[in-house]
Amino acid sequence: MGHSWLLPTLLALPLVGALLLMLVPREETTFAKGVALVTSLVTFVVSLLVWKWFTPTEAGYQLVCNASWIDALGVRFKLGVDGISIWLVLLTTFLVPLVLLSAWSAIQKKVKEFLIAFLILEAGMLGAFTALDLFVFYVMWEVMLVPMYFIIGVWGGERRIYASIKFVLFTMLGSLLMLVAIFYVYVKYGQTTGVYTFDLELLYALQLPRSAQYYCFLAFALAFAIKVPLFPFHTWLPDAHVEAPTSGSVILAGVLLKFGIYGFIRLAIPLFPHASYQFAPYIVALAVIGIVYGALVAFAQQDVKKLIAYSSVSHLGFCMLGLYAMNAPGIEGSIFAMVSHGLTTSGLFLAIGVLYDRRHTRQLADFGGLWAKMPVFAACFLIVTLGSAGLPGLSGFVGEFLALLGAFSAGDAIPGAGIWTAVAASGVILGAVYLLYMFQKVMFGPITNDQNRHITDMNAREVTVFVPLLLGIFFLGIYPKPFLAAMEPAVLKFVSVYQTKLADEANTVHLVSGIGPAAAAGEPTEPPTEPPTEPPTEPPTDRALRAPAEQAAPPTDGVLRGRGLPAGPSGQAGSAP
Amino acid sequence: MPTLATSPTDWPLHWIVLLPLLGAAINLLVGRKLARRTVHLIACGSVLAALLLSLSAVVGSLYPLWKASQTGGAAPELRDLFYTWIQSGSLRVEMAFLLDPLSAVMILTITFVGFLIHVYSTGYMAHDPRPAAYFGYLNLFTAAMLLLVLGDSLPVMFIGWEGVGLCSYLLIGFWFDKEKYANAGRKAFIVNRIGDFGFLLGILLLYANVGAVDYAGLEASLAQLVGANSPLLTSYAGTGLSLTFFAGLFLFVGACGKSAQIPLYVWLPDAMAGPTPVSALIHAATMVTAGVYMVARLGFLFLTTPEVMMIIAAVGATTAIVAAVIGFAQTDIKKVLAYSTVSQLGFMFAAVGCGAFTAGVFHLFTHAFFKAGLFLAAGSVMHAMGDRTEIMGMGGLRKKIPITHATFFIYCLAIAGVVPFAGFFSKDEILLGAYVAQLPYWPEWFGRAIWAVLAVTALFTAFYMWRLYFLVFAGESRADEATQRQIHESPATMTGPLVVLAIGAVLLGFLGLPHIGGLPNAFAAWLSGTFGAWQGTVLPEAHASTGTTITLMAIALASALIGIGAAWALYRNGPGALVQRLVVVLAPLHRWVANKFYVDELYDLLIIRPFRLLAKLLFAVVDRVFIDTLFVNGTGWVTRTFGRLARRAQNGDVQRYFVAMLLGVVGIVSFATCGKPRFEATTAGGTAMRFVADVGAGPGANGAKVEWDFTGDGKIDATGADVTWSFPAPGSHAVTLRVEDGLFREVKQLKRVITVAAVVLEAAAAPAEGAVN
Repeated sequence: MGHSWLLPTLLALPLVGALLLMLVPREETTFAKGVALVTSLVTFVVSLLVWKWFTPTEAGYQLVCNASWIDALGVRFKLGVDGISIWLVLLTTFLVPLVLLSAWSAIQKKVKEFLIAFLILEAGMLGAFTALDLFVFYVMWEVMLVPMYFIIGVWGGERRIYASIKFVLFTMLGSLLMLVAIFYVYVKYGQTTGVYTFDLELLYALQLPRSAQYYCFLAFALAFAIKVPLFPFHTWLPDAHVEAPTSGSVILAGVLLKFGIYGFIRLAIPLFPHASYQFAPYIVALAVIGIVYGALVAFAQQDVKKLIAYSSVSHLGFCMLGLYAMNAPGIEGSIFAMVSHGLTTSGLFLAIGVLYDRRHTRQLADFGGLWAKMPVFAACFLIVTLGSAGLPGLSGFVGEFLALLGAFSAGDAIPGAGIWTAVAASGVILGAVYLLYMFQKVMFGPITNDQNRHITDMNAREVTVFVPLLLGIFFLGIYPKPFLAAMEPAVLKFVSVYQTKLADEANTVHLVSGIGPAAAAGEPTEPPTEPPTEPPTEPPTDRALRAPAEQAAPPTDGVLRGRGLPAGPSGQAGSAP
Repeated sequence: MPTLATSPTDWPLHWIVLLPLLGAAINLLVGRKLARRTVHLIACGSVLAALLLSLSAVVGSLYPLWKASQTGGAAPELRDLFYTWIQSGSLRVEMAFLLDPLSAVMILTITFVGFLIHVYSTGYMAHDPRPAAYFGYLNLFTAAMLLLVLGDSLPVMFIGWEGVGLCSYLLIGFWFDKEKYANAGRKAFIVNRIGDFGFLLGILLLYANVGAVDYAGLEASLAQLVGANSPLLTSYAGTGLSLTFFAGLFLFVGACGKSAQIPLYVWLPDAMAGPTPVSALIHAATMVTAGVYMVARLGFLFLTTPEVMMIIAAVGATTAIVAAVIGFAQTDIKKVLAYSTVSQLGFMFAAVGCGAFTAGVFHLFTHAFFKAGLFLAAGSVMHAMGDRTEIMGMGGLRKKIPITHATFFIYCLAIAGVVPFAGFFSKDEILLGAYVAQLPYWPEWFGRAIWAVLAVTALFTAFYMWRLYFLVFAGESRADEATQRQIHESPATMTGPLVVLAIGAVLLGFLGLPHIGGLPNAFAAWLSGTFGAWQGTVLPEAHASTGTTITLMAIALASALIGIGAAWALYRNGPGALVQRLVVVLAPLHRWVANKFYVDELYDLLIIRPFRLLAKLLFAVVDRVFIDTLFVNGTGWVTRTFGRLARRAQNGDVQRYFVAMLLGVVGIVSFATCGKPRFEATTAGGTAMRFVADVGAGPGANGAKVEWDFTGDGKIDATGADVTWSFPAPGSHAVTLRVEDGLFREVKQLKRVITVAAVVLEAAAAPAEGAVN
């Protein structure tokens, strides 16, 4: 395992840049911007090394750095990437320079602070994507929150204070519950094995009893569902987007939202597979509702940023749906759709930023007929719009197609998969409806607003921002194979670990007949004194145990009924050639 | 990455797609800086190159294979595996292309008619300020259409499918400064997307159940299912209907959207907002026939589900006649042609629905020529009339634009189905195919009913087309002086394509001669390379008796002539007095038809308004009021209120703090410890007893240590909350339960004597109700 220095370096670079910026005099704004841009570009180039040294055929974590940090608590500074996180890391380092470039003239006040906040944010995001230690993850997760709070609250629009506080409160609500669950897992693992550690790879092995899993999963899931955002936890997003400056919106939609799905993949599902399995129908339902609901509500918006914000609710619903398909196409589609959403939605926000810089409004009614005045902008805007609408040949299609395909063939993982997927697929139509509505209102028709008569097309700097995005959108759409191929080993491993753990759990849970959730957990390692008296497929409930007469009756728990646990790893995922 | 030819069936087909794509890329990226001539050259040149390449592939490579197949060789197919597009799990989608007789017909039609229309456009759009964009889109369209027909799997077809939809959107709204045009473009795209939703579901359904998305794979898997008598084909998911019924139905929904069939036809008439050559290429000759192509391509799938075939035939016939009726009352030259297109597409669907794939594709082929010609001629008329499209204000153009007139005359004969023009042969074959159609489970009368509807439609077609002809070209001009003065024939770039297409409309029918007296049907023979495998078993089309064939032909010809005669009687000198009277007498009916049966209004009322309302309502009620006000800000309010109340407790009174603290400590301890331990014993067979301890529900129970002493010797015999113990003999035994609290490590004991009976075991433990709670 060579190159263990690479990921820490990647994290350190933006921080070094931020430190350097502190030395730059306040008035030297151009120089400060230059420093920040160069820093982010260097970070991007270094992140390309991650890609270069990454072995796409390997399933495990690579470029792992495992340094001691807080030995007393068993915290280690452990970073690494696999086929899932590498694309999110690259997405982050790819977007940050573009965003800094796009904000070149939009940010006028406290330029230096803005740049510092942005670089710290980048370090936080990279840290959270690469963290393999729960403690490090949590620290990074919180590190991201602070600069984002300032970016919205200081450089935002009129209602920025309301929006930033809403953003922080929503996020904190989830984070704090997650923190409690993290400690629970930490303590439980320590009690069970005598080793106190936050190392994710070790914690994956922990078999928690069911009830404990439920609580912990819900705590994690809430934190991530807010981030996704899953309906009905999404209302912070439109406010945050509308008030945030363009650059903030881009990073928020392009990268930060991905932590929701990523958190499910990296933490919530592998740590608590059984709970995840049990809650899957509800999560899928919320995801599908989000797809349709987000699209419908997007259509009702007059503010372009709000419209795009709701479109994110819809798009990330596809990611959630694909993830819960628990097979290779579904999960790969989900990850791919995240990356694609990072490009297309960033493009949309950047496009509306271009308009906002010129006209200081984002209301659909204020525009119309801009195509004639801004042909270059029109082309860019059209491509990102179509990419977002999922036109085949552009990036958006591949992810959503795979996610739908995976979900449709999910089998037992999603009860009623066919119907849910069909409803979700209607989001494809709705996507075209609201996106084309937006595009038409802005670009087509006669110029009705006199202030638009002298609007200028994009300048060289703005074109420079768009070109890499558009290339990415085309490339991912036309040749997605290398990305999917690099994901596949990690995804297959994820699925098989999940299913093995689920099957093990189904076979062992009856031994610790849970009088209370924790009473059982206290002795998980104790071997059975008697052979099991119940078939493993019939999960016991608290009620069944306390009234032994009922034991013969079928489980009455509504969640469990009708959903037999899978016998072992099976299904689509394992059938890869 | 061009593939090297490694076998005789490998052919770099991707270049046929890439050439127009390259043209599009150049024109769209740098075209604005190029001279108009250069733009024209790139656009026409790239399509011409694609045409030549297609010819070379078809004539040079496919034709020999086809010849060999006629004498028992393998199916004539050229393949090109360009690269692997998507691979994930067991799904593998190749960017692969397939050229067989069916796609050969399609690519030759697309590139040939497409090339003519490109040339025509250089004249028609000579003064447009944005030639690069126009020709870029046109090239892009050509590439997407070629991809659609050459693609070797459903997902690749879907790329082309959406691509042509996009170009259609862009070209309908090409003059975007007119709100109406932009709306028409959006309507087209969205209605198409509704169809695409069906297409997508069809793909998902097929992949999830048979695990293939490429044509060969699908065909093989379906054959396997049929062979194995799979329950999927008798009752899919307990519905009593076959898997292919659902898949076929969903795919057909996609076809309906793209090919403007009921109920998704409403976008096509509006699409006439685009430049006229676009209407000719996209909305007459090529894109709208994609649905027919899809059904023909997947014929092996549709043939397994006669129910869907029946639906296709019925939808096709209904669309044909409804659109023809609407065509009666239209007064806009392009609208008449648009409804005519919808109606003719209905013919094609009726054909493929009846299993007459060859007839459907043949009509697709001839229709592409005469309908593209009609549109281009209409464009030439509009050119002459200063972009007017209202036919009531035309008339007498016969002498003034002779070439346009002559070609239009030929196209009208062709579409009306007059012998020996192209439409006669293809329409006749459809009518015959419907008449003799007899698929499994079809009622006997069904094919004849379809035939009857189509025969009446043929009469209507002749009528409304010749009404159009007479109103535009015959009689005296009804235009104003100024317009009359500027009427002129179009330049050669426009009339040239008209003439070429007219030659096609005259001659092409002879490719598919009727089955009388051993006349050769070259077209059917050629397509047997694709359809042969399935058609022989199902289709009686070619086996109809000569008598039937001739009778049907006579009926078709008679209806065409009656239609033309009626149009002549009513409209030869413009809308005559009789027409005026009829319009007055039949006013309600006329209004009904002229307004297209108010379908647009109906959709608006039933779908669009409720949709908008729902969107607004969800936002206002669910998002704003419910989630944000009640849920989010409500939480904030509750927090603030509690904060305000709690502030009162912080009044600095130390005594009160102390009391509160004491109460708290007592509360915590009593809540947190385990409580009094209890257990319950039940028999576990013989002298074995099962013991279940209840250590209480407080946090102290968390990690509580549970130990048992069954022998009364003070030693621990078992640990755990649920244990089973075998006593050596029946009788009374003292059992001690010892529980160590997990939080405070406080130990509590419970000692009970239980009686173990040999046969009937009675647990004498703590009271049962206490144990349960």
